[in-house]
Amino acid sequence: MKKLLTSKWTKVIVFLVSSIPFVFLAWGLLHNDLGINPVETLQHTTGDWTLRFLIFTLAITPLRKTLKLPELIRFRRMLGLFAFFYVLLHFLTYLGPDQSFNFSGMWDDVAKRKFITVGFAAFVLLIPLAATSTTGMIRRLGGKRWQSLHRLIYVCAILGVIHYYWLVKSDVRKPLIYGFFVGILLLWRVWDAYSGRKRNAPATVNTRVSTAGSPQQSS
Amino acid sequence: MLIRREPEFTYADVTPKEVYKNRRKFLRDIGIAGAAAAIAGEGILSIASPNLTAYATSKLNFTKGKFSSDEKVTPVNDVTHYNNFYEFGSDKGDPAKNSQNFKTTPWTVSVEGEVKTPRKFSMDEILKLAPLEERIYRHRCVERWSIVVPWIGYSLSSILKMFEPTPKAKYVAFQSYYDSGQMPQAKYGGIEFPYVEGLRMDEAMHPLTLLCVGMYGETLPNQDGAPVRIVVPWKYGYKSIKSIVKIKFQEKEPATTWNLYAPNEYGFYSNVNPGVDHPRWSQATEHRLGEIFPRKTVIFNGYGDQVASLYNGMDLKKFH
Repeated sequence: MKKLLTSKWTKVIVFLVSSIPFVFLAWGLLHNDLGINPVETLQHTTGDWTLRFLIFTLAITPLRKTLKLPELIRFRRMLGLFAFFYVLLHFLTYLGPDQSFNFSGMWDDVAKRKFITVGFAAFVLLIPLAATSTTGMIRRLGGKRWQSLHRLIYVCAILGVIHYYWLVKSDVRKPLIYGFFVGILLLWRVWDAYSGRKRNAPATVNTRVSTAGSPQQSS
Repeated sequence: MLIRREPEFTYADVTPKEVYKNRRKFLRDIGIAGAAAAIAGEGILSIASPNLTAYATSKLNFTKGKFSSDEKVTPVNDVTHYNNFYEFGSDKGDPAKNSQNFKTTPWTVSVEGEVKTPRKFSMDEILKLAPLEERIYRHRCVERWSIVVPWIGYSLSSILKMFEPTPKAKYVAFQSYYDSGQMPQAKYGGIEFPYVEGLRMDEAMHPLTLLCVGMYGETLPNQDGAPVRIVVPWKYGYKSIKSIVKIKFQEKEPATTWNLYAPNEYGFYSNVNPGVDHPRWSQATEHRLGEIFPRKTVIFNGYGDQVASLYNGMDLKKFH
């Protein structure tokens, strides 16, 4: 298992698998095969995958700790960046087909409609996280500060679920499923922080494995 | 496969006209989606519907009506696979999939309430009550998508006129069929069933208000409200209630399903109005299926010449 997780090929595979939704969308767009309401398909698909990748990213730390697989940290940055990639596409499908690239209309919408307000806030809050994801930025900020900043992902995930919950008309099952996963992953952190199980020592990630130089502690 | 083509106007059990599987959808579902998809229980793409599902309809005889729009008609596949019919599920593609075994024979519509002699109609009686006409109407959903549909039916007034309403009859209430056995997905919809809607008497008697039994030359597919529905083209789509079993004349303003669910979001009148926003989104523009960029929404969905006078002196913001 460790061998598998530390192989450089695993990262390539995770990258390719994470790109599959994008490949499907691009293919569908080129072949005019995105269902009856292609704009809606683009918006819903990119929104869904943003939430899913936020959840995958949030799942890394609980998984690596409970399964004692510190190598999993190698994938966290990539998953987080995929969340940002999909939310960027999500935002563009809103700005383009929905608002016809009319920024003043967009601002009206952001100010007036609370589901857009929270969705937009989540998107904006993800920007600094994506911008500071490089190894250089981590070094410049210092592990502790970088880590505090990146705790914003908790807020983004919660806002993302609220955004979806407020959007649906009456069938709230899907937003609740996302909310359940986000809730579990955040509660785990609360539990982890307050339980005696929390160790002071940093997670045992050797630097060769975490080439990213990601901060060693949990996030 | 047995195809019965007997009396054109009966709703006998018809065998699906076109049956084939969407192979790619199938591959998508069983394929690589894996654990990720399990989160939301669907495939990689959040596509509203598969492109093809079988449904059963039969031909109707009709003439061209005079109220038709000359806009480009939306492809029939879109209108039959992109539906809001929460009894059969809340995803746009659900009704096409889940309504195929919906039993629409026998079917009766009961007309009751504040009338001298209430009575029931069989589907065959409804089909023969007045000459059927095709009317190409714009249809604007409160969710901001719109379509252009060649409906078939006759003015609802044709049937209402057969009754002698008492002086108390001020409104007409409608009720959809509901059977949790045939509609097991309804319980997840979040709204109450049976679905109910209503119109003021003058709205119900307006010649544009259609008692609809078909579309695209044939009887209504189940997912579009078989065997009989109402179509009110100047109001948001949810006023155009599907699969009706009851029409009731009454004194009080009827309760309506979406208004019961969220009174601040869905009013009783629900006239299409770009000036009155839904609390969660603007109604200024709409997305015509098949087009990329939005188009401007027109007051009363473009039927203002015919219907604006019904609301003279009314505050359309307050009575939204």
